[in-house]
Amino acid sequence: MEDKIISIVSEQLSVSKDEISRESNFIDDLQADSLDLVELGMKFEEEFGVSIPDEDYETMKTVGDAIDYIKQRENA
Amino acid sequence: MLKRVVVTGLGVVTSLGCEVSEFWDSICAAKSGVSKIRRFDCSNFKVQFGGEVQNFELTEHMDLLEKDVRRLDRFVQFAMAAAQKAITDSGIDFASGDPYLHGVLVGSGIGGLNEIEQQHSILFDRGPTRVSPLMIPKLMVNAASGNISVRWKLKGPNSAVATACASATNAIGDAYRLIQHGQAKVMVTGGSEAAVTPMGLSGFARMQALSTRNDAPEAASRPFDVDRDGFVMAEGAGICVLEEYEHARSRGANIVAEVLGYGMSADGSHMTAPDPEGRGAARAMQGALNDAEISADSISYVNAHGTSTPLGDKAETMAIKSVYGNHSRTMPVSSTKSQLGHLLGASGGVEFVISSLAIRDQIAPPTINLDHPDEACDLDYVPNEARRMQIDRVMTNSFGFGGHNACLILGKV
Repeated sequence: MEDKIISIVSEQLSVSKDEISRESNFIDDLQADSLDLVELGMKFEEEFGVSIPDEDYETMKTVGDAIDYIKQRENA
Repeated sequence: MLKRVVVTGLGVVTSLGCEVSEFWDSICAAKSGVSKIRRFDCSNFKVQFGGEVQNFELTEHMDLLEKDVRRLDRFVQFAMAAAQKAITDSGIDFASGDPYLHGVLVGSGIGGLNEIEQQHSILFDRGPTRVSPLMIPKLMVNAASGNISVRWKLKGPNSAVATACASATNAIGDAYRLIQHGQAKVMVTGGSEAAVTPMGLSGFARMQALSTRNDAPEAASRPFDVDRDGFVMAEGAGICVLEEYEHARSRGANIVAEVLGYGMSADGSHMTAPDPEGRGAARAMQGALNDAEISADSISYVNAHGTSTPLGDKAETMAIKSVYGNHSRTMPVSSTKSQLGHLLGASGGVEFVISSLAIRDQIAPPTINLDHPDEACDLDYVPNEARRMQIDRVMTNSFGFGGHNACLILGKV
């Protein structure tokens, strides 16, 4: 699943996969803005069949945060 | 003291090409860019053809990331590509100079119709949480200007005009005024449109405004011809770089033409039908001549609005006669919508490019498909073949739904 998330991030943000790690901060390292984050959330929702409430977007600062969040939602 | 304003860069995106030289050669060679619509299935539409820009990929025209392209509606992509070409052509370096005196003013009649249609379907098929966060900044009619400003860091005037099919001419005219009055030294200006979509095509067709010549699309746009039956929708962009004359000279820029005058008026009579005698159009033309402080006799050639509608071409002909008097008997007038179809809010931008090139190359482009002139249309429309001639000054006309009339005059420097 980590790979899948990194692929989505890579495609959505036009950043090569080798430049993305768990530690990558969406805004500081991957040059995302607030609209990118909303789009990214929508992609995660579609891809993993989860629903992400708007207020949870800001809890995902890094790629690792997103991976942990989606794992937790999938198991819930 | 008003500043002089010159044209130093030209860019287009059209059905006849996205390079100015290729585009201009095709216009003068009497080629048509109109064909069957391929981007969407319109087999159950009354009108099934238009002037489509084929195989357009923005990244072939400028250096952009895929995620940045996704943020731009098709009409903004056209504007960006045409702006890139105009800026490259002008040789201007926006990184030097005062960014607060660099501005942008691009018009569009409709704005991001592709985006509206796509997101509307998503809203109804999949619900409000699936609507894209990019929708609003993509569909706004000022999205072309805004994105050009951001891309080239133009921090002076940043505005947009929406006067239907007069949008680009009003935009260029307004940009000209800003430079004249010292509020900007350089303006990226013109128009862009991408409304050849299912809604755009069906909407104009329902107005009975479009030609229905499905069996011969390339012959459908036939301004001033007795068999004309409406306009042909087209898409694209025409953008230019306008520059204060001394600014252009001091950097050794290649000056293509000078903007001499701008006139505008309203019909004030009907939302979509022209004044039957073209009185509003005539006042805009006269206004441009007065603004330029020149006589009608000194205009060498008119690039007409000439959309190929039964009423519009006749009204414009009457307007030209009323403004030009005897001079209208010999002065060439042509409509390059005969080759391109009608780019709506972008038409004035593309026609401004054509008018500039007519001066540069001393060629009046032809009105094609003019086989049997309407007897109510009795001017010299440069039928079917480009004409090499002396061109010192050109007038270019644009009229739009809402009763907008706009007119610009260009001259040789």
